[in-house]
Amino acid sequence: MGELLSGIFSSPYWPYALALVSAMLLIGFMLVSAIFSVWMERKVAGRIQDRLGPTRVGGKFGWLQTLADGMKLLVKEDIIPASADHFLFRLGPYIALVGSFLAFIALPYGNNVVANDMNIAVFFMLAVLSTEVFGVILIGYGSGSKWSLFGGMREAAQMVSYEVPMALCVIVPVIVAHTMNLSDFARVDPSAPMLESRSLMWNWYIFHDPFTFCAFWTYFTCATASCKRAPFDLAEAESELVAGFHTEYSGFRWLSIFMAEYGSMFAVSGIACLLFLGGWHIGVLPDDISNLLGGYNGASNIYLWVLGNVVNVVVFIAKGWTLVFIMMWVRWTLPRLRIDQVMMTCLKYLLPISCVLLMGVSMWSLLVPYVVQKYFPWGMFAACILLGLMVLRQMIFWAKEPPGTGMPGMWSMTGMSSYQGAKPK
Amino acid sequence: MDSVAQPILFWIIATATATCAIAVVVSQNIVRAATWLLFSLGGTAGIFFLLGADLVGATQILVYVGGTLILLVFGVMLTAQGPFITMKTGAAEWVISAVVGLLFFGVLAVTAFSVGSVAAKNDGRLEPPGRTVKEYAPKLNLVEASKSASSSAILGQGFLGVGVGPAHLNAKGKPERANYLLPFEIVSVHLLVVLIGAAYLARAKRRRRGTA
Repeated sequence: MGELLSGIFSSPYWPYALALVSAMLLIGFMLVSAIFSVWMERKVAGRIQDRLGPTRVGGKFGWLQTLADGMKLLVKEDIIPASADHFLFRLGPYIALVGSFLAFIALPYGNNVVANDMNIAVFFMLAVLSTEVFGVILIGYGSGSKWSLFGGMREAAQMVSYEVPMALCVIVPVIVAHTMNLSDFARVDPSAPMLESRSLMWNWYIFHDPFTFCAFWTYFTCATASCKRAPFDLAEAESELVAGFHTEYSGFRWLSIFMAEYGSMFAVSGIACLLFLGGWHIGVLPDDISNLLGGYNGASNIYLWVLGNVVNVVVFIAKGWTLVFIMMWVRWTLPRLRIDQVMMTCLKYLLPISCVLLMGVSMWSLLVPYVVQKYFPWGMFAACILLGLMVLRQMIFWAKEPPGTGMPGMWSMTGMSSYQGAKPK
Repeated sequence: MDSVAQPILFWIIATATATCAIAVVVSQNIVRAATWLLFSLGGTAGIFFLLGADLVGATQILVYVGGTLILLVFGVMLTAQGPFITMKTGAAEWVISAVVGLLFFGVLAVTAFSVGSVAAKNDGRLEPPGRTVKEYAPKLNLVEASKSASSSAILGQGFLGVGVGPAHLNAKGKPERANYLLPFEIVSVHLLVVLIGAAYLARAKRRRRGTA
């Protein structure tokens, strides 16, 4: 086994094979992730709207629903409107898909699991994710339809504005970590004391100082907007623009537009995980799990080291999907903003906020005494845990009450005699 | 990167970039032209990545693809009287742009080919013989900063107003070296004029009360 492996590694064709395999793995992951996300979207939407969502295809939870949807879309008729610019109409979805997929090249899934460990990974990802919007505008323009054009133009205005605060929020943890290499944000420094290890939950950059904490929420808002998700989905506002920029699309082209959207949702969530939420770490171990199991770079046991890396990848993907789930939660909870409100949110609020955060984080490392800097993360972490427990307690408390009690205004059910569920006390 | 794969990848990317650049010129629909420009600039970024200049490549994508995006949006907003309008290019414009393009190409080609011969004469260094940074900028305290300066640093100092290149006699009979400060400033003012012009073209056209 060892000889075979070293023979493969020293072969001149090894780099090509490695490039091919990693590209295929990334495409495979992106597509499977999109399939899972669509299923999750339907389930989440159903539950939030008090329905069941898909239940039948593929057994108990309808988990094969997306695959069935995909097959239906593949056999659909491929329609190109007569008034469309055929070349741009065909090209648009591919540009969107490529822009979204390219970002995955630099995204690390684990300590050693990354296709290209770039020095400037986060900058590269932001750059290529911004090309996705180009595809959307081509889709909107090339369709030769006014609804599509309106959708595309709204998307352009939104993207050009939201890119600025998003990039500024990314700089905040970059200043703290002194690196743009995404792997370095989560990599454990072996020389650091155990309690300051990057893998422990209170050392994640979100708890580093008040500015990184705020930067996470600002970044996540901007990222939601950059994926054109509700409440920022003006580009596909179905109540006014039919389906917005993809009104004229059907079949596989429509499918690839959505692959791009779900791909970039995971990509921005992955960036958020790495920058703020400790990347692939569970948060309770003092060191990287692959190092704990198999020694540094698999020095003591190569198989356990591989197992540790697999655990890292699973944890990272689970974290990414959790953030994607929060995006879905927001989408099905909040109403859509108007276009002027979308622009106002960005230019009047998010942009000044992100500038203040950038200034603040620079001042923090320069002016705040070392003792405060050292113990602030623990206090922040404890405060967050306390807040989470209080929210949990409130939720359990509310779940025990009959619906309608304790809610203000028009939701108040007291005095409604015809309603069977809530009996006034 | 392997020495076999790199030239192959370079030729593929370079051919695609050049083809798309030609398509930018010949296509008549402004949005299609912007799309070809996107591919051309993306190909340039690809060459940067191939050379291992990740930062330059990513900046190329972020700045120029973002710039093309704005161009495209302006193209749609400013030129679209009807759907998919085409722009006719006159014969005179073709001739002028062909001459300018060929001249620029000539300058680039001469520069590109001369780099190799200069480096061969100087044991691999890119500075022209007898004209190192130490020699022509002793007073400006740039010497320490650019001991290992390559030809690009010389060009950069030319833009800052430091004399570079061979000396020639000025009107008073003193030897002097050329600098590029004035042309650089002219170009930047020109860009400002273009910016104001674009804002003027894109402004909301309201009729003044009273004249209507």
